[in-house]
Amino acid sequence: MKRLLKRTWHWLDDRTGLSVLIKPLVDHPVPPRGLWTYVFGSATLFMFTLQVVTGVALSLLYQPSSTNAYHSLEFITYQAKFGNILRSIHFYGASAMIILVGLHMMQTYITASYKYPREMNWISGVFLLLFTIFMGFTGQLLRWDSNGVWSSVVAAQQLGRVPVIGTYLARLLLGGDTIGPQSLTRFYSYHVFIIPAFIFIFVGLHLWLIFRHGISEMPKAGRLVDPKTYRKWYENYLKRFAIPFWPHAVWRDVLFSSIIVIGIILFAWLRGAPALTTSPSLTSIHTSPSPDWYMVIFFALFALMPHKVESIAMTVGPLLTVIILFIIPFLSNRGERSPIRRPWAMFGVICVFVFVISLLLLGLKHPWSADFDAKPLTVAAARPGSSGSTDSTVIHGVQLFYNKGCEYCHTINNYGGKAGPDLSTVGNRLTTQALTIRIINGGGNMPAYGGTLSTRELQTLVSFLSTQK
Amino acid sequence: MNSNEKTQSAEDPTRSEDINRTEFITRLSLGIAAISAAIMAVPVIAALVAPLLERKQTFWRTVGNIDDFPVGTTQLVNFDNADAEPYAGMLTRSAAWLRHNEDQTFTAFAVNCTHLGCPVRWEEKAQLFMCPCHGGVYYKDGNVAAGPPPKRLPEYKVRVNNQEVQLETAPLPITND
Repeated sequence: MKRLLKRTWHWLDDRTGLSVLIKPLVDHPVPPRGLWTYVFGSATLFMFTLQVVTGVALSLLYQPSSTNAYHSLEFITYQAKFGNILRSIHFYGASAMIILVGLHMMQTYITASYKYPREMNWISGVFLLLFTIFMGFTGQLLRWDSNGVWSSVVAAQQLGRVPVIGTYLARLLLGGDTIGPQSLTRFYSYHVFIIPAFIFIFVGLHLWLIFRHGISEMPKAGRLVDPKTYRKWYENYLKRFAIPFWPHAVWRDVLFSSIIVIGIILFAWLRGAPALTTSPSLTSIHTSPSPDWYMVIFFALFALMPHKVESIAMTVGPLLTVIILFIIPFLSNRGERSPIRRPWAMFGVICVFVFVISLLLLGLKHPWSADFDAKPLTVAAARPGSSGSTDSTVIHGVQLFYNKGCEYCHTINNYGGKAGPDLSTVGNRLTTQALTIRIINGGGNMPAYGGTLSTRELQTLVSFLSTQK
Repeated sequence: MNSNEKTQSAEDPTRSEDINRTEFITRLSLGIAAISAAIMAVPVIAALVAPLLERKQTFWRTVGNIDDFPVGTTQLVNFDNADAEPYAGMLTRSAAWLRHNEDQTFTAFAVNCTHLGCPVRWEEKAQLFMCPCHGGVYYKDGNVAAGPPPKRLPEYKVRVNNQEVQLETAPLPITND
C-alpha cells in the first residue's frame, strides 16, 4: 500500500513537476533573526485568503440587484444557517486585513526594507494597500441598506471635487446620473471581479519579489546599504547565517495568522455582523450615513479640515499621499536602514500613527454633528436644586432651547449635542447684550437666528441663558 | 546546436530571406492580434464608460396639488427619476424639499448637502436645514448658515401646471469647484 502511494506520488510529481516548482519556495533561505517582525505580511495574505473564501461563500447567498440586495442581506444576517457568523467573519476579516496591511507597511518603513534592491516590493505593496482600501469601501456599499446607498452618494461627492473632471468621475462611479440599479452592479463587479483580479496579480508579483530579492535582514546601525555591493553581501550573509524557510521560519507565520483567525472568529461569534440600517431608498432621508470604522478616518478629516481649502485638499490630499508613498523608495534607496539612525523617519511614523488614531477616535465620537436624538432639556435639569421651578422664564426658555434646535448643538447640564460650546455656565461668560447679538447674528459655526425668533422668544431665550451659571 | 541548424549555413542566400519572411509573418500575426484585441475592447470599455456616453432626458414630475403645500411650509416630496428602470426597485424615486414661499412661488431644494451629499433634514421649528454628517446648516432659502458646505442647497426647476406642482428631474447634484 505504502509502495503504491509512493509510486503514485512519484508519477504525479514527475508528470506535473510540483516539487520542482514548490521546493525552492519552501526551502529558500531566510535571515535567522527578527522573524517575528515578518508575520504581518504573511498574516495579511492569510486574511486575503480568508476574505476570498468567506466572500465566495457569501456570494452563494447574496443577490446583486438593487431590488433584492437588501432583502438577501436580511436573509444572510437573520435567517441563513451560520449566515450571521459568515457575514461577521467577512466583516472582521476585512477590518483585520486593513489593520495588518497598515502594520506591515509601518514595519517595512521602520526597518527601511524598501531600500535597494527591494523598491518594487514596496511599490507593489502600495498598490495592494490601495486595492485593500477600495475593497473595504465597496464591500461596505454592497450591504445596500440606507447607509450603503447614502455612502455611495458621499463617495460620488468626494470624487466630484476633483477639478474639471470631477462630475464625470462621480457619474462614472454611480453608473449614471443618479443612484440606481446600475450603481450596485458596478460596485459588485468592482468588489467581486475587478479588484480581486488585480489583487491576485499584485500578490503574485509581491511574493515573487520576496523570493527574488530574499527577505530583508534585520537592520543594524552602521551597516549601510550600498547598491554596488549589497547583492553580493546579502548572498554571503545568507550562506553563512540563513535558515530554510520551511520549517524554521514558517511556524511563526502560521501561529500568528492562526491567532488572528481565532480572534476574528471569537469577535464574529461574540459581536455578530454589524446591524443593517433601514432599507435602501433615496426618499428616506432621516438617515445619517456613517461609514465603517476604517472610513471614519477620512470622514473625520473632511469634518475637521478648514472648509476653505477643502475642495483642494480633497483632491490634492489623497493624490499627494499616494505619490509620496510611491516615491519613498526613490527618495533614499541606500544608506542606513536602522530606525535608531533615522530619527526623522521614526518621528514621521509616530506622527502618522498619532494622526490616524486621533482621527479615528474623533470620528467615532463625531462631535461636529448636530445631535438630532438629544433628549429635551427639562426644567429640573436646567435648574438643579430647584426642581419644580415655576419661573416662567425658565419654563419657556427650556422649551425654546429644545424647539428652536439650540439643543442639537449646545449642551446644558449634559442635555444636548456637542457641536457648539457648552452653555451650562454661559451666564457667567456672556452678558445679555452679547447673548442677544450672538443669537441674532450667529457667527463662527452658528446660524443667525435673527429671522427665526420673535422679539419675545429672543428675550425669553436670552434671559433663560443668563440664568445658566 | 542541432543537426537541422547545421545544414542551413550562414552563407545560404535563402536564409536571410527566410528570416525576413518569418519576421514579416510574426509581425503580421501580432498586428492582427492587436487589431482584433482592440476591436474587442470597444464594447468592453463602452460598458465601463457607458454613463458618460448616454444623453439623459429630463422630465417634469408632478409632486402634488398646489393646495397640499400651505404658504410658508417646507415639505418632503418625492418623484420618479429620469432614468427609472422598471427593475430599479426602491431606487426609482428621489426626494426633494419643496418650499411654498411667502410670495406664492415654489422652490424645490435637493436633499443633498453640498458638502458631501448627505441628506439634509428640515427642522420646522428652527426653520433650518440640518445635515447629520459634518454639521452643515442652511437657512430656509437654501443659503449656508453654518458648517462646511461650500455652496447653497441646489434647486430643481419647479412649475405649476393646472394646479399641480411639478418639478423637473435632474442628475444627483455634484459639487464641483
